Amino acid sequence: MGQRVAVVGAGMTRFVRRAQETGKELSWEAARAALDSASLTLADVDAVALGTAPDAFDGVHMKGEYLSDGSGAYGKPFFRTYVGGGTGVFVTIQGWYLVASGMFDVALVVAEEKMSSTMPHAQGAFITIFDSILERPLGPNLLWIFALEMNRYMSVHGLDKRDVAAVSVKNKRNAAGHPAALLGQADITVDDVLNSEVLAWPVQRLDVSPVSDGAVAVVLAAEHVAKRLTDRPVWIDGVGWHLDTAYWTNRDLYYPDYVEYAARMAYDMAGIREPRKEIHVAEPYDPFDYKELHHLEGLLLFDKGKAPEAMRDGVLDRDGDLPSCPSGGLLGVGNPIAAAGLMKIAELFWQLRGEAGDRQVPGDPRRGVAQAWGDLMQVGTVVVMGR
Amino acid sequence: MARRKLRPVPRSSQAARATEPSRLLGPQPLREQEFRDALGAVDFAVDARYGWDTGIAVGRFLAGLREGRVLARECRGCRRVLVPPRMFCEQCFRPTDRWVQVEDTGRVNTFSICWVSWDMQPLKVPELPAVIEIDGASPGIGIMHKLGEVDPDAVRIGLEVEAVWRPQSEREGSILDIEYFRPRDPKLQSTRGRPARKSTRPRKAASRIK
Repeated sequence: MGQRVAVVGAGMTRFVRRAQETGKELSWEAARAALDSASLTLADVDAVALGTAPDAFDGVHMKGEYLSDGSGAYGKPFFRTYVGGGTGVFVTIQGWYLVASGMFDVALVVAEEKMSSTMPHAQGAFITIFDSILERPLGPNLLWIFALEMNRYMSVHGLDKRDVAAVSVKNKRNAAGHPAALLGQADITVDDVLNSEVLAWPVQRLDVSPVSDGAVAVVLAAEHVAKRLTDRPVWIDGVGWHLDTAYWTNRDLYYPDYVEYAARMAYDMAGIREPRKEIHVAEPYDPFDYKELHHLEGLLLFDKGKAPEAMRDGVLDRDGDLPSCPSGGLLGVGNPIAAAGLMKIAELFWQLRGEAGDRQVPGDPRRGVAQAWGDLMQVGTVVVMGR
Repeated sequence: MARRKLRPVPRSSQAARATEPSRLLGPQPLREQEFRDALGAVDFAVDARYGWDTGIAVGRFLAGLREGRVLARECRGCRRVLVPPRMFCEQCFRPTDRWVQVEDTGRVNTFSICWVSWDMQPLKVPELPAVIEIDGASPGIGIMHKLGEVDPDAVRIGLEVEAVWRPQSEREGSILDIEYFRPRDPKLQSTRGRPARKSTRPRKAASRIK
């Protein structure tokens, strides 16, 4: 498949509830940090891929073009992509194409989100995802759709809310040592989550990551360039993406088929036959605590309904058999949507190079998988990375 | 021409502070007023209104609701009976074949008990959104609607429910012509928090329509 592609640099801004910086400034900070980490300048970049939210979030039409200068796209081939929450991992796949195709040798991948501008709440833009004729007259709330999915997942498998809430605790604890985290908390307990305000049962306040601002960038390079730049490239071994139907009330929400299909595509490309043995660290998408478990099952790392058991047994802890979201994830670091997905790619880059500092997973991990999910609960995007 | 010397802006000025990186802002409660009061901040509302067409399939579906009937489309390729109806089957990618009338009853596939509005304001009475699998449609085929006349604690996945229709004179060809779904079992029906209103379930029509 064309040129082999490596991640050679990564950078991110702090994730905050409200950044004083504009989206352009956030993009610039992340892009510069990523280039610096690879000892590159913008002159070395051949093409730029940007991932960011729909224009309605920012009230800026053609937001990709608005952000282009901060993303290093001046005078370069540039495109912007968006698949809802799946964007951060999907834009990595887009950047991968640019290089794998042989058209370019170095690509800068940037993901930005500034959700605080929408007033009174980013949901004002979000709820337009519901069908305009049949669903919006009911006065939906974006939380409904997740609550419906969470209830279905928990009820089909007979899950205990404690085991689901434990994911939120793990991630907020994992994020306690993360310099960019908004929600790190070393002393949080499962009872804190269970006692938090009920938003839309079974979703409680601490089951969900809040709206945030931030940006992340990574630099991708073709093999011949990557090997000149670093003796520790992290290879993109496999990519996969898949979409399910938008008739979301016509499918069973208890299992994300689209994640499984995306994962199979990525594993196949990476030559992975037994993901449970060959994946050493996972960064599944966790905007809600149940989503991490749901996605670990879709990634074929656990049987259906068995991820909560793994959570209870400590398998998913940073020092467990399969560390999951050692970054702290969206629940711990924050959830600026597109940026949060790309943060997972950046985290694998740091983990696989042994540069994750306080968050480093023990055991010299060699292979990891990052995944994101979005659109109308229908898109799965997966990247397998290794060294 | 002499070049004008540029003077640095004193650090204490608002402009200098605004360029400080975001580390000054940690997790903290934010008030909308802070956004509006921020120096130089601009408040702007997009003035955009939309008039959506219902489309062919949903238009007929809504006309059916006005008559008190739930209409579906059947695909002979995959043999599914589909609600919401569509003129094409997204799986077989061919036209769907005919209209069929399905029941106005079903069972709860999943539900939530929602205590907040879309902008995260607390609600006094919770809303009960649900996916309802419609009787007569294929297994697992449902629509999103709300539950009513039921104690939230009594709702379970699998609960059998029936549509509560608006009086015929008030129906206007909208998904809201069904006010909500309530338990079929009268013992589970509760009027707590809901206006008491006599159900106006329409008589059963023939199961096939032309």
